[in-house]
Amino acid sequence: MSVLINISDQPISAPELLNDFESRLSSSGGVVSFSGVVRPDGKDTRVLGLFLQSYSPMTENGVEAAVEQALNRWPLEALSVYHRTGKIRTGETIVFVATASRHRRAAFEAADFLMDYLKTEAVFWKKEITETGEVWIEPREQDYQDNQRWQKSETN
Amino acid sequence: MADILYFGRLSDITRKPTESIDLPSDISHARDLRSWAEARFQAAGVFLEPTVRIAVNGEIVDDAHPLANANEIAFMPPVGGG
Repeated sequence: MSVLINISDQPISAPELLNDFESRLSSSGGVVSFSGVVRPDGKDTRVLGLFLQSYSPMTENGVEAAVEQALNRWPLEALSVYHRTGKIRTGETIVFVATASRHRRAAFEAADFLMDYLKTEAVFWKKEITETGEVWIEPREQDYQDNQRWQKSETN
Repeated sequence: MADILYFGRLSDITRKPTESIDLPSDISHARDLRSWAEARFQAAGVFLEPTVRIAVNGEIVDDAHPLANANEIAFMPPVGGG
C-alpha cells in the first residue's frame, strides 16, 4: 500500500504527480486521477484566484481519516491526495487525487468519494478573489447531496 | 488566557483572525462564548448559527462543552475545499 497525503501552499503539477503516482504501481490495472483547477468565471465577475485557509492539525487529521475510510472500503494499491492552501491563481491546480486498483470501478469510486469528502467535510475555508472584491465560498447544496451518496450506500 | 480563532467569513466580521483573551468569569460553556462573541461583534446572529461549529483545543464540541481547560477555541463556519 502506497499512500501520499500533502497539504501545503506549494504549487501542484498534476502531470508530474500522476507520473510519480504511476511509477509507484506494480499490480494495478486501473488508475484514476482528478485535478481541480481554479475556474476563471465567477457568478458575475472574473475570478482572479482563490484563498484557501486550513486549521492544522485538524485539516490533516480529517483527510487522513477519510483516506483510511477509502482504504477500508476499496481494494486500492495506491492513493494520493494533494491539496493547496494559501493564494491560488486562476488556472492553477487546487487539488489532486489519484487512486489505483486492480480494476477500474474501485479506483473511480474511491477518487469520487475522496473528492466529495474534500468538497464538504475537509477543514478548509475558501475565498474567491474577483475583480470586484472578495467573497467566502461555502459548499453548495449539490455538494452536500453528492457527499450523502456514500453514507446511503454504506448501509446497503 | 485563551486564543480565540475566527475562520472563514467570521474574520470579516471580527476584523481579526485571532485574539487572546481572559475569558470573563460568566463564560463557562461553549454556548456562553457564542453569546459573548455575538454581543461583542454585533454579528447579526452569525455566531449563533448552528452550522457555525466550535472547536476546543482542536476538537469539535457541542454547546454544552465546558471551557475550563480551553487554551484554543475556534469558531468554524461551514467547511469545504477542492
